[in-house]
Formats: sequence, C-alpha cells, structure tokens
Amino acid sequence: MIEVRGLHKRFGAHTALHEVDLDVARGEVVVVVGPSGSGKSTLCRCLNRLESPDAGTIRIDGAELPAEGRELARLRADVGMVFQSFNLFQHKTILQNLTLAPTRVRGLSRDEAERNARELLDRVGIGAQAGKLPAQLSGGQQQRAAIARALAMKPKAMLFDEPTSALDPEMVGEVLDVMTELARDGMTMVVVTHEMGFARQVADRVVFMADGEIVESGTPSEFFDSPATDRARDFLAKVLSH
Amino acid sequence: MNVITDHLSEFGHGLVLTVELTLLSLAGALVAGVVVAAMRVSPVRALRAAGMAYVEVLQNIPLLVWLVIAVFGLPEIGVIAGLFTTSVVVIVLYQGAYTAEAIRSGINSVPAGQGEAARALGLTFTQSLRLVILPQALRTVVQPLGNIAIMTLMNTALAAAVGVVELTAAANRVNLAEAKPIWIFVTAGLAYMALSGLFGLVTGVLERKWAILR
Ligand SMILES: Nc1ncnc2c1ncn2[C@@H]1O[C@H](COP(=O)(O)OP(=O)(O)OP(=O)(O)O)[C@@H](O)[C@H]1O
Ligand SMILES: [Mg+2]
Repeated sequence: MIEVRGLHKRFGAHTALHEVDLDVARGEVVVVVGPSGSGKSTLCRCLNRLESPDAGTIRIDGAELPAEGRELARLRADVGMVFQSFNLFQHKTILQNLTLAPTRVRGLSRDEAERNARELLDRVGIGAQAGKLPAQLSGGQQQRAAIARALAMKPKAMLFDEPTSALDPEMVGEVLDVMTELARDGMTMVVVTHEMGFARQVADRVVFMADGEIVESGTPSEFFDSPATDRARDFLAKVLSH
Repeated sequence: MNVITDHLSEFGHGLVLTVELTLLSLAGALVAGVVVAAMRVSPVRALRAAGMAYVEVLQNIPLLVWLVIAVFGLPEIGVIAGLFTTSVVVIVLYQGAYTAEAIRSGINSVPAGQGEAARALGLTFTQSLRLVILPQALRTVVQPLGNIAIMTLMNTALAAAVGVVELTAAANRVNLAEAKPIWIFVTAGLAYMALSGLFGLVTGVLERKWAILR
C-alpha cells in the first residue's frame, strides 16, 4: 500500500532522513518509535508530501506521489493525516470540519457529506458535539474529531504523528481506543507514538528510528522482548523505565 | 450659520460623492488586496514577485501623484474615462496595496497547521487559501482593515485636486462664494469625523462578531 524507497531529506546542513526504505502492506499497522529528533515526523510528513523529500520515491497504492499540483492533491485525499496539534479548522463547526473536504474534493452533496459525517462522529463518540466549534471541545474530543475528519475522505491509509502527545493523560485512552478500533477494522496505518502499550498491543510491526535512519523493524514482541541493536535497547530502557 | 443652510445642497452633493468614492474604493481595494495578498503567499515565484512589485510601486509614490498621472496622463495615451471613475480606480489600486499588506499579515498569523491540515485532506493550494486560511486571516485583521477604511475616506479628499467635486471641493467652492472658511471647513471636517466614527463602530461590531475562538 505504501512503498518508500531511498528517502532522503535535509534541512540545511542537517540530514533528517537518510536512505529510508519502508513498506506498509494493506491493512498493516506500523508503529514508528524513536528518540526525539530521529526523523519520525519528517518521515510521516514526507509520506503525503507536506515535506518534499530531496531524493527517493514514495508510492501509494502503486501510484508515485507527484511533486505538486492537482494530481498531488488527489493522492493526498486518499491518505488521511492526524496531527499532534489536531489542526481542526477553528472557524468551522465540527460538522463543517468533516464535510468541507468531501464536498469540495470528492464532490459529495452536502446532505450526503453530512450524513457520513454524523455517522463518523457517532462512531468516535462525539455525535453530540457536531454543532460546536473546535475550541469548545476538550483535547481528546478534538483529536477524535480530527480522526473522523480524516476518515470522512474514506482514505486508503492513515498517518498519525504523535496523536496523543498534546493531550492530558486522562484523554489519551479515548483517542487510542478509537485508533485501536480503526486498526481492527483493517485500516492501513502508520503511527508515530510514544505510547508503548499501544505499540505492543495494536502494531503488526514496530519500526525503530534513530538519527534519520530505520535501525530496526520487527514484530512488537521481537522489538520489545529482544531488540537487536544497542540503540534500541538504550531507547527501550529509557522509555520503559517509568 | 446661514452660510451652511444656504448651501445645504452643495454640501449634500459633495457628501454623497465622498461616500460613493469611499464605498466603491473600499470594495475594490478589498478585492485587490485579497488578490495581491494571495499572490504574495503563493508557491509560484513569479506571482510572489509580481505581488511584491505591485505593493512597492503603489505604496512608494504619493496618492496625489498617482491621481495626477492618471487624470492627465491617461488621456494622452488614449484612455478616456470620467474624473470620478479615474479617481475610484486610482484609489482602489493605491489602497489595495495597503489592504494587501494587512491581509498578508493576517494570513501569516494563521497557524501553519491549518493550511497543512487542509492540504492533507486533498484541497489544492487555492482551495485551502480560500476556504480555510483567508476566512481566518480576514477575521484577525478587521481592526487594521477598519483603519485602512478610514484612511481611504480621508484620501478621497485628494480627488478634489483633480476636479471631482466631493465634500472638500464642495466646501472649497462654497468658500469661494462666501469667504467664511472657518464655518465652512469645520462643517466639512465634522462630516468627515461623523463618517469615520461610523466606520469605527462598524469595525468594532464586526470584530466582536467574527472573533475566532481558539
Ligand atoms: N522545518 C524544519 N526545519 C529545520 N529542521 C527541521 C525541520 N523539521 C525538522 N527538522 C529537524 O529534523 C530532525 C528530525 O525532526 P523530526 O521532527 O522528524 O523528529 P521527530 O523524530 O519527529 O522528533 P520528536 O519526537 O521530537 O517529534 C530534527 O533534528 C529537527 O530539528
Ligand atoms: Mg515529531
């Protein structure tokens, strides 16, 4: 479903991604972990070209991501993205947040888009908030709305960049629950997260990044129980120690 | 006091023309401002350069000079338009440069994540600008746009210099006949103050109504 080859990204003199290859099969849930600054967000953002790579190719469902223009917009519509900071449209209600892209990009009628949107909002448990503005919702509710907004485009895959890192601890669970459900329903997912419990229970595969490279990749039990590299062992010792 | 009541119709006509000049100029400047601001943030380098050149050229020559160039220069190259029309177009282009800068500052104040979320959903650059960024940007610059509106109103007085008989020119004419400058120009000044006060009120109402909850 997602095929990354030789991905390279520099910011000035700093190399953020170096020779990254990654394959995500249809329905697979890949969790990306690694220390801060290792390039996880950059990888995630390159996958739908919010960041343009300096070298390498990315294929989504067989089609190579074009550099820009309408064609790129069309392919992006097939890949949902959820951000750490939610990024709900502040001037629109939750319902309008969900219907904007389906009507403007997919050409759905307003009625149909609203019907889908309400269904999705019910599915993530915030049906009652449809008419409110984003700022009137709690962080956990906002992030669930953002997930629903991405799902409203009926994407082939979903990218999550630390979706729970900006949340108060008591709201992390409700968002992870929605993501777990989504994984069970067979969604193809790439999830950058520090939630090791989620990685262990939901991931099909854990990818460990350090210094812009994929250092290790394996099933959760391989990675957590018998990491192959010192760097992964160090990292796990730090994150699992508390 | 008779000097005012005797010439009410002159003052009235002048005032109407001032209001017309101002409202047409404001509408045009808003359109020009949005277009130029969009050019200045576009991913196309040539558009960015053109937008910047527009602002620099328009802002760095006085409005009065532009008015004189247009009124006396355009007929020389075969463009014949009425004084009122010419004045409106010139004021639109001139105020459009200031409006563009205000709107651009509003665009820059919208968090980058808003545009990223829009593009990640498959909206094109133009769609995300029009549907997500601009509506938020405009709401944050209601106050500066209100100031530009008042500046536009004041600047319409310069049209008097090229023969448009708006409020200032009307007052001047009355004064030529009556020679009571204090009464006449204080009256004109009060009319300008009343109009700009009205703009201030409208700005305040819009700002409260459109405030974005963050
Ligand atoms: N827009 C940018 N300009 C310059 N440098 C950047 C930019 N974005 C990221 N970087 C740098 O690239 C490197 C990788 O950043 P990235 O955000 O991908 O790390 P990360 O693994 O997501 O870290 P974190 O866990 O803190 O989110 C970092 O050193 C960062 O400073
Ligand atoms: Mg990150």
